[in-house]
Amino acid sequence: MDFVDYYKVLGIDKTATPKDIKNAYRKLARKHHPDLNPNDKDAKKNFQQINEANEVLSDPEKRKKYNQYGSDWQHADQFENAKQQQRQSSGFGGQRYSGEQPGGDFSDFFESMFGGSPNTGRGRQVKYRGEDYNAELHLNLIDAYTTHQQTLTVNGKNIRITIPAGIENGQKIKLAGYGGPGINGGPNGDLYITFSIANHPVFKRLKNDLYATIDLDLYTAVLGGEITMDTLSGKVKLTVKPETQNGSKIKLKGKGFPVYKHEGHFGDLYVTYSIKLPTNLTDRQKALFTELSKS
Amino acid sequence: MQTENLIALDQFCVSHNIEISFINSLQQTGLIEVTTIKESEFIDADQLQQLEKFVRFYYELDINLEGIETVSHLLQRVIAMQDEITRLKNRLRFYETNE
Repeated sequence: MDFVDYYKVLGIDKTATPKDIKNAYRKLARKHHPDLNPNDKDAKKNFQQINEANEVLSDPEKRKKYNQYGSDWQHADQFENAKQQQRQSSGFGGQRYSGEQPGGDFSDFFESMFGGSPNTGRGRQVKYRGEDYNAELHLNLIDAYTTHQQTLTVNGKNIRITIPAGIENGQKIKLAGYGGPGINGGPNGDLYITFSIANHPVFKRLKNDLYATIDLDLYTAVLGGEITMDTLSGKVKLTVKPETQNGSKIKLKGKGFPVYKHEGHFGDLYVTYSIKLPTNLTDRQKALFTELSKS
Repeated sequence: MQTENLIALDQFCVSHNIEISFINSLQQTGLIEVTTIKESEFIDADQLQQLEKFVRFYYELDINLEGIETVSHLLQRVIAMQDEITRLKNRLRFYETNE
Protein backbone atom coordinates (compact mmCIF):
# COMPACT_ATOMS: atom_id res chain seq x y z
CA MET A 1 0.00 0.00 0.00
CA ASP A 2 1.55 3.29 -1.10
CA PHE A 3 1.20 6.64 0.57
CA VAL A 4 -0.99 8.95 -1.51
CA ASP A 5 -0.11 12.65 -1.48
CA TYR A 6 -3.57 14.18 -1.69
CA TYR A 7 -2.16 17.70 -1.94
CA LYS A 8 -0.16 16.68 -4.97
CA VAL A 9 -3.21 14.98 -6.47
CA LEU A 10 -5.15 18.25 -6.30
CA GLY A 11 -2.10 20.32 -7.25
CA ILE A 12 -2.22 22.50 -4.12
CA ASP A 13 0.12 23.11 -1.22
CA LYS A 14 -0.42 22.30 2.43
CA THR A 15 -1.47 25.83 3.27
CA ALA A 16 -4.39 25.73 0.81
CA THR A 17 -7.64 27.22 2.10
CA PRO A 18 -10.95 25.33 1.83
CA LYS A 19 -11.77 27.59 -1.12
CA ASP A 20 -8.49 26.68 -2.85
CA ILE A 21 -9.29 23.01 -2.33
CA LYS A 22 -12.78 23.39 -3.69
CA ASN A 23 -11.56 25.30 -6.75
CA ALA A 24 -8.77 22.84 -7.48
CA TYR A 25 -11.16 19.93 -7.09
CA ARG A 26 -13.82 21.44 -9.35
CA LYS A 27 -11.30 22.19 -12.05
CA LEU A 28 -9.86 18.67 -12.01
CA ALA A 29 -13.29 17.04 -11.71
CA ARG A 30 -14.43 18.83 -14.87
CA LYS A 31 -11.37 17.53 -16.64
CA HIS A 32 -11.41 13.93 -15.45
CA HIS A 33 -15.08 13.20 -14.73
CA PRO A 34 -15.96 9.81 -16.30
CA ASP A 35 -19.13 11.31 -17.81
CA LEU A 36 -16.94 13.63 -19.84
CA ASN A 37 -14.41 10.97 -20.77
CA PRO A 38 -16.35 7.99 -22.13
CA ASN A 39 -14.45 4.69 -22.26
CA ASP A 40 -11.34 6.26 -20.75
CA LYS A 41 -9.99 4.04 -18.00
CA ASP A 42 -7.24 6.50 -17.10
CA ALA A 43 -9.71 9.32 -16.58
CA LYS A 44 -11.80 7.09 -14.33
CA LYS A 45 -8.75 6.20 -12.26
CA ASN A 46 -7.66 9.83 -12.02
CA PHE A 47 -11.14 10.91 -11.06
CA GLN A 48 -11.26 8.37 -8.25
CA GLN A 49 -8.00 9.72 -6.89
CA ILE A 50 -9.24 13.30 -7.14
CA ASN A 51 -12.47 12.36 -5.37
CA GLU A 52 -10.53 10.63 -2.66
CA ALA A 53 -8.20 13.60 -2.17
CA ASN A 54 -11.15 15.96 -1.93
CA GLU A 55 -12.95 13.66 0.47
CA VAL A 56 -10.05 13.96 2.87
CA LEU A 57 -8.89 17.53 2.38
CA SER A 58 -12.34 19.15 2.32
CA ASP A 59 -13.18 17.66 5.71
CA PRO A 60 -11.29 19.57 8.44
CA GLU A 61 -11.16 16.58 10.78
CA LYS A 62 -9.90 14.20 8.15
CA ARG A 63 -7.48 16.76 6.80
CA LYS A 64 -6.04 17.23 10.28
CA LYS A 65 -5.63 13.51 10.70
CA TYR A 66 -4.11 13.17 7.26
CA ASN A 67 -1.64 15.98 7.95
CA GLN A 68 -0.70 14.33 11.22
CA TYR A 69 -0.43 10.72 10.08
CA GLY A 70 -0.48 10.90 6.30
CA SER A 71 3.15 10.09 5.59
CA ASP A 72 3.17 7.49 8.34
CA TRP A 73 -0.19 5.91 7.74
CA GLN A 74 0.52 2.71 9.66
CA HIS A 75 0.03 4.64 12.88
CA ALA A 76 -3.42 5.67 11.75
CA ASP A 77 -4.86 2.33 12.87
CA GLN A 78 -3.67 2.93 16.42
CA PHE A 79 -5.06 6.39 16.23
CA GLU A 80 -8.36 4.97 15.01
CA ASN A 81 -8.61 2.48 17.88
CA ALA A 82 -7.97 5.12 20.45
CA LYS A 83 -10.47 7.47 18.91
CA GLN A 84 -13.09 4.89 17.98
CA GLN A 85 -15.79 6.35 20.17
CA GLN A 86 -15.21 9.83 18.87
CA ARG A 87 -15.26 8.66 15.30
CA GLN A 88 -18.65 7.03 15.68
CA SER A 89 -20.20 10.35 16.51
CA SER A 90 -18.54 12.33 13.75
CA GLY A 91 -19.79 12.32 10.18
CA PHE A 92 -18.14 12.88 6.87
CA GLY A 93 -18.99 16.34 5.63
CA GLY A 94 -17.09 16.68 2.37
CA GLN A 95 -18.81 17.09 -0.95
CA ARG A 96 -18.00 14.46 -3.49
CA TYR A 97 -18.89 14.04 -7.12
CA SER A 98 -20.58 10.84 -8.01
CA GLY A 99 -19.92 10.16 -11.68
CA GLU A 100 -20.45 6.78 -13.24
CA GLN A 101 -19.36 4.98 -10.13
CA PRO A 102 -21.07 6.47 -7.15
CA GLY A 103 -19.88 3.62 -4.95
CA GLY A 104 -16.38 4.51 -6.04
CA ASP A 105 -13.23 2.58 -5.43
CA PHE A 106 -11.04 4.14 -2.84
CA SER A 107 -7.40 3.31 -2.40
CA ASP A 108 -6.17 0.88 0.23
CA PHE A 109 -4.47 3.86 1.77
CA PHE A 110 -7.80 5.63 2.22
CA GLU A 111 -9.53 2.50 3.55
CA SER A 112 -6.74 1.99 6.03
CA MET A 113 -6.85 5.54 7.31
CA PHE A 114 -10.49 6.37 7.19
CA GLY A 115 -12.14 2.94 7.27
CA GLY A 116 -14.18 2.58 4.08
CA SER A 117 -15.75 4.57 1.30
CA PRO A 118 -17.55 7.72 2.25
CA ASN A 119 -21.15 8.72 1.73
CA THR A 120 -22.06 10.08 -1.67
CA GLY A 121 -24.39 12.70 -2.96
CA ARG A 122 -25.22 16.30 -2.31
CA GLY A 123 -25.87 15.98 1.40
CA ARG A 124 -29.06 13.93 1.11
CA GLN A 125 -30.07 10.32 0.69
CA VAL A 126 -29.81 10.52 -3.08
CA LYS A 127 -30.70 7.54 -5.23
CA TYR A 128 -28.04 6.63 -7.71
CA ARG A 129 -27.72 4.04 -10.39
CA GLY A 130 -25.28 1.36 -9.45
CA GLU A 131 -21.83 1.15 -10.94
CA ASP A 132 -21.55 0.10 -14.58
CA TYR A 133 -19.37 -2.95 -15.02
CA ASN A 134 -17.15 -3.52 -18.01
CA ALA A 135 -15.94 -6.92 -19.12
CA GLU A 136 -14.07 -8.26 -22.10
CA LEU A 137 -15.04 -11.54 -23.71
CA HIS A 138 -12.60 -13.33 -25.98
CA LEU A 139 -14.00 -15.39 -28.82
CA ASN A 140 -12.55 -17.02 -31.88
CA LEU A 141 -13.98 -16.54 -35.35
CA ILE A 142 -15.79 -19.88 -35.27
CA ASP A 143 -17.53 -18.92 -31.97
CA ALA A 144 -18.64 -15.61 -33.47
CA TYR A 145 -20.02 -17.38 -36.53
CA THR A 146 -22.93 -18.97 -34.69
CA THR A 147 -25.44 -17.70 -32.16
CA HIS A 148 -24.50 -19.38 -28.92
CA GLN A 149 -24.79 -19.07 -25.19
CA GLN A 150 -22.02 -18.48 -22.72
CA THR A 151 -21.95 -18.26 -18.97
CA LEU A 152 -19.96 -15.41 -17.50
CA THR A 153 -19.00 -14.90 -13.89
CA VAL A 154 -19.26 -11.26 -12.94
CA ASN A 155 -18.55 -10.36 -9.32
CA GLY A 156 -19.28 -13.92 -8.22
CA LYS A 157 -22.59 -14.08 -10.09
CA ASN A 158 -23.10 -16.42 -13.03
CA ILE A 159 -24.79 -14.73 -15.97
CA ARG A 160 -25.91 -16.71 -18.98
CA ILE A 161 -25.88 -14.62 -22.13
CA THR A 162 -26.79 -15.28 -25.74
CA ILE A 163 -24.20 -14.03 -28.19
CA PRO A 164 -25.78 -13.37 -31.58
CA ALA A 165 -23.94 -14.65 -34.64
CA GLY A 166 -21.99 -11.99 -36.49
CA ILE A 167 -20.74 -10.05 -33.48
CA GLU A 168 -17.75 -7.89 -34.44
CA ASN A 169 -14.35 -7.44 -32.87
CA GLY A 170 -14.52 -4.45 -30.51
CA GLN A 171 -18.32 -4.44 -30.46
CA LYS A 172 -19.88 -3.63 -27.12
CA ILE A 173 -23.21 -4.94 -25.85
CA LYS A 174 -25.11 -3.75 -22.81
CA LEU A 175 -26.83 -6.02 -20.33
CA ALA A 176 -29.14 -3.67 -18.48
CA GLY A 177 -29.30 -4.14 -14.72
CA TYR A 178 -26.36 -6.54 -14.50
CA GLY A 179 -23.99 -3.91 -13.09
CA GLY A 180 -23.47 -2.91 -9.47
CA PRO A 181 -26.44 -2.53 -7.12
CA GLY A 182 -28.11 0.88 -6.93
CA ILE A 183 -27.34 3.26 -4.08
CA ASN A 184 -30.16 4.13 -1.68
CA GLY A 185 -32.72 2.18 -3.72
CA GLY A 186 -31.54 3.45 -7.11
CA PRO A 187 -31.54 1.10 -10.10
CA ASN A 188 -28.72 -1.32 -10.75
CA GLY A 189 -25.96 -0.34 -13.13
CA ASP A 190 -25.41 -2.04 -16.46
CA LEU A 191 -22.89 -4.59 -17.63
CA TYR A 192 -21.00 -3.71 -20.80
CA ILE A 193 -19.29 -6.56 -22.59
CA THR A 194 -16.68 -5.80 -25.23
CA PHE A 195 -15.93 -8.65 -27.61
CA SER A 196 -12.41 -9.43 -28.66
CA ILE A 197 -12.35 -11.83 -31.61
CA ALA A 198 -9.10 -13.56 -32.45
CA ASN A 199 -7.87 -13.82 -36.01
CA HIS A 200 -8.42 -17.10 -37.87
CA PRO A 201 -5.46 -18.73 -39.64
CA VAL A 202 -7.41 -19.25 -42.89
CA PHE A 203 -10.32 -16.83 -42.98
CA LYS A 204 -9.88 -13.08 -42.67
CA ARG A 205 -12.97 -11.08 -41.89
CA LEU A 206 -13.90 -7.62 -43.10
CA LYS A 207 -17.37 -6.66 -41.83
CA ASN A 208 -19.55 -9.53 -43.09
CA ASP A 209 -17.27 -10.77 -45.82
CA LEU A 210 -14.63 -13.42 -45.47
CA TYR A 211 -11.42 -13.69 -47.43
CA ALA A 212 -9.32 -16.81 -47.93
CA THR A 213 -6.42 -17.88 -50.11
CA ILE A 214 -6.25 -21.45 -51.37
CA ASP A 215 -3.55 -23.32 -53.20
CA LEU A 216 -4.22 -24.53 -56.73
CA ASP A 217 -1.97 -26.91 -58.64
CA LEU A 218 -0.65 -25.80 -62.01
CA TYR A 219 -2.46 -28.46 -64.01
CA THR A 220 -5.91 -27.61 -62.61
CA ALA A 221 -5.16 -23.91 -63.10
CA VAL A 222 -4.22 -24.47 -66.74
CA LEU A 223 -6.72 -27.10 -67.72
CA GLY A 224 -9.55 -26.33 -65.29
CA GLY A 225 -11.25 -28.79 -63.01
CA GLU A 226 -12.98 -29.15 -59.67
CA ILE A 227 -11.61 -28.69 -56.19
CA THR A 228 -13.14 -28.87 -52.72
CA MET A 229 -12.58 -26.25 -50.05
CA ASP A 230 -13.61 -25.91 -46.42
CA THR A 231 -15.75 -22.92 -45.50
CA LEU A 232 -17.16 -22.01 -42.09
CA SER A 233 -20.46 -23.57 -43.15
CA GLY A 234 -18.96 -26.79 -44.53
CA LYS A 235 -17.24 -28.06 -47.65
CA VAL A 236 -17.97 -26.53 -51.04
CA LYS A 237 -17.08 -27.73 -54.52
CA LEU A 238 -15.46 -25.12 -56.75
CA THR A 239 -15.27 -25.29 -60.51
CA VAL A 240 -11.94 -23.90 -61.66
CA LYS A 241 -12.00 -22.35 -65.13
CA PRO A 242 -9.25 -23.31 -67.56
CA GLU A 243 -6.34 -20.83 -67.68
CA THR A 244 -6.99 -19.49 -64.21
CA GLN A 245 -4.34 -16.92 -63.32
CA ASN A 246 -2.36 -16.78 -60.09
CA GLY A 247 -3.97 -14.33 -57.64
CA SER A 248 -7.35 -14.38 -59.37
CA LYS A 249 -10.37 -14.12 -57.10
CA ILE A 250 -13.79 -15.72 -57.06
CA LYS A 251 -16.77 -14.73 -54.96
CA LEU A 252 -18.90 -17.31 -53.18
CA LYS A 253 -22.13 -15.50 -52.50
CA GLY A 254 -23.62 -16.05 -49.06
CA LYS A 255 -20.66 -18.08 -47.83
CA GLY A 256 -19.27 -15.25 -45.71
CA PHE A 257 -20.06 -14.21 -42.15
CA PRO A 258 -23.58 -13.99 -40.73
CA VAL A 259 -24.98 -10.47 -40.55
CA TYR A 260 -25.41 -9.42 -36.90
CA LYS A 261 -29.03 -9.76 -35.80
CA HIS A 262 -30.23 -10.50 -39.35
CA GLU A 263 -30.88 -14.19 -39.22
CA GLY A 264 -30.38 -15.97 -42.53
CA HIS A 265 -28.33 -13.12 -44.05
CA PHE A 266 -24.68 -13.72 -44.81
CA GLY A 267 -21.81 -11.84 -46.37
CA ASP A 268 -19.73 -13.30 -49.18
CA LEU A 269 -16.57 -15.37 -49.25
CA TYR A 270 -13.78 -14.18 -51.55
CA VAL A 271 -11.31 -16.87 -52.50
CA THR A 272 -7.92 -16.02 -53.99
CA TYR A 273 -6.11 -18.73 -55.92
CA SER A 274 -2.45 -19.22 -55.21
CA ILE A 275 -1.03 -21.39 -57.98
CA LYS A 276 1.71 -23.75 -56.90
CA LEU A 277 4.26 -24.79 -59.46
CA PRO A 278 5.30 -28.43 -59.52
CA THR A 279 8.67 -29.32 -58.02
CA ASN A 280 11.03 -32.32 -58.36
CA LEU A 281 10.16 -32.73 -62.03
CA THR A 282 11.19 -35.96 -63.74
CA ASP A 283 13.24 -35.88 -66.96
CA ARG A 284 10.11 -36.78 -68.90
CA GLN A 285 8.16 -33.91 -67.32
CA LYS A 286 10.98 -31.46 -68.04
CA ALA A 287 11.02 -32.62 -71.65
CA LEU A 288 7.29 -32.08 -71.92
CA PHE A 289 7.59 -28.56 -70.49
CA THR A 290 10.40 -27.82 -72.96
CA GLU A 291 8.24 -29.06 -75.78
CA LEU A 292 5.38 -26.96 -74.48
CA SER A 293 7.55 -23.85 -74.32
CA LYS A 294 8.48 -24.26 -77.98
CA SER A 295 4.93 -24.80 -79.19
CA MET B 1 -42.07 4.26 -11.14
CA GLN B 2 -45.55 4.31 -12.59
CA THR B 3 -45.15 1.69 -15.24
CA GLU B 4 -42.43 -0.65 -16.27
CA ASN B 5 -40.85 1.78 -18.72
CA LEU B 6 -41.77 5.22 -17.45
CA ILE B 7 -40.35 7.12 -14.52
CA ALA B 8 -42.41 9.85 -12.89
CA LEU B 9 -40.49 13.12 -12.98
CA ASP B 10 -41.77 14.34 -9.62
CA GLN B 11 -40.40 11.19 -7.99
CA PHE B 12 -37.13 11.55 -9.83
CA CYS B 13 -36.80 15.15 -8.66
CA VAL B 14 -37.52 14.24 -5.05
CA SER B 15 -35.07 11.37 -4.99
CA HIS B 16 -32.34 13.46 -6.66
CA ASN B 17 -33.12 16.63 -4.75
CA ILE B 18 -33.46 18.74 -7.88
CA GLU B 19 -35.95 21.23 -9.29
CA ILE B 20 -38.44 20.11 -11.95
CA SER B 21 -37.64 23.36 -13.80
CA PHE B 22 -34.21 21.94 -14.57
CA ILE B 23 -35.76 18.99 -16.39
CA ASN B 24 -38.19 21.28 -18.18
CA SER B 25 -35.20 23.27 -19.43
CA LEU B 26 -33.55 20.08 -20.65
CA GLN B 27 -36.77 19.24 -22.45
CA GLN B 28 -36.90 22.67 -24.09
CA THR B 29 -33.38 22.25 -25.45
CA GLY B 30 -34.33 18.82 -26.78
CA LEU B 31 -31.90 16.94 -24.58
CA ILE B 32 -34.63 14.97 -22.81
CA GLU B 33 -38.01 13.82 -24.05
CA VAL B 34 -40.84 14.07 -21.54
CA THR B 35 -44.11 12.17 -21.88
CA THR B 36 -47.26 13.61 -20.31
CA ILE B 37 -49.98 11.19 -19.22
CA LYS B 38 -53.03 12.55 -17.41
CA GLU B 39 -51.17 15.71 -16.41
CA SER B 40 -48.27 13.76 -14.95
CA GLU B 41 -44.86 13.95 -16.55
CA PHE B 42 -42.65 10.96 -17.18
CA ILE B 43 -39.43 10.06 -18.87
CA ASP B 44 -38.71 6.78 -20.55
CA ALA B 45 -36.45 4.51 -18.47
CA ASP B 46 -34.02 4.44 -21.39
CA GLN B 47 -33.31 8.12 -20.76
CA LEU B 48 -32.59 7.70 -17.06
CA GLN B 49 -28.86 7.24 -17.46
CA GLN B 50 -28.63 10.30 -19.70
CA LEU B 51 -30.75 12.41 -17.36
CA GLU B 52 -28.66 11.44 -14.33
CA LYS B 53 -25.59 12.45 -16.29
CA PHE B 54 -27.10 15.88 -16.98
CA VAL B 55 -27.95 16.22 -13.29
CA ARG B 56 -24.33 15.56 -12.43
CA PHE B 57 -23.13 18.07 -15.01
CA TYR B 58 -25.41 20.77 -13.68
CA TYR B 59 -25.40 20.24 -9.95
CA GLU B 60 -21.97 18.77 -9.37
CA LEU B 61 -19.76 20.15 -12.10
CA ASP B 62 -21.51 23.54 -12.26
CA ILE B 63 -21.99 23.32 -16.02
CA ASN B 64 -24.86 25.51 -17.17
CA LEU B 65 -27.55 24.46 -19.65
CA GLU B 66 -25.74 25.89 -22.67
CA GLY B 67 -22.64 24.01 -21.54
CA ILE B 68 -24.60 20.78 -21.12
CA GLU B 69 -25.98 21.14 -24.63
CA THR B 70 -22.51 21.71 -26.05
CA VAL B 71 -20.92 18.92 -24.02
CA SER B 72 -23.73 16.56 -25.00
CA HIS B 73 -23.16 17.16 -28.72
CA LEU B 74 -19.41 16.79 -28.33
CA LEU B 75 -19.80 13.57 -26.36
CA GLN B 76 -21.99 12.15 -29.12
CA ARG B 77 -19.22 12.97 -31.57
CA VAL B 78 -16.57 11.44 -29.28
CA ILE B 79 -18.55 8.22 -29.03
CA ALA B 80 -19.19 8.15 -32.79
CA MET B 81 -15.47 8.66 -33.38
CA GLN B 82 -14.58 5.91 -30.91
CA ASP B 83 -16.88 3.56 -32.85
CA GLU B 84 -15.25 4.66 -36.08
CA ILE B 85 -11.80 3.98 -34.60
CA THR B 86 -12.93 0.45 -33.68
CA ARG B 87 -14.16 -0.10 -37.23
CA LEU B 88 -10.93 1.26 -38.69
CA LYS B 89 -8.84 -0.86 -36.33
CA ASN B 90 -10.72 -3.94 -37.54
CA ARG B 91 -10.04 -2.90 -41.12
CA LEU B 92 -6.38 -2.29 -40.38
CA ARG B 93 -6.14 -5.65 -38.68
CA PHE B 94 -7.47 -7.27 -41.85
CA TYR B 95 -4.75 -5.71 -44.00
CA GLU B 96 -2.00 -6.22 -41.45
CA THR B 97 -2.73 -9.92 -41.15
CA ASN B 98 -2.92 -10.21 -44.94
CA GLU B 99 0.68 -9.09 -45.35
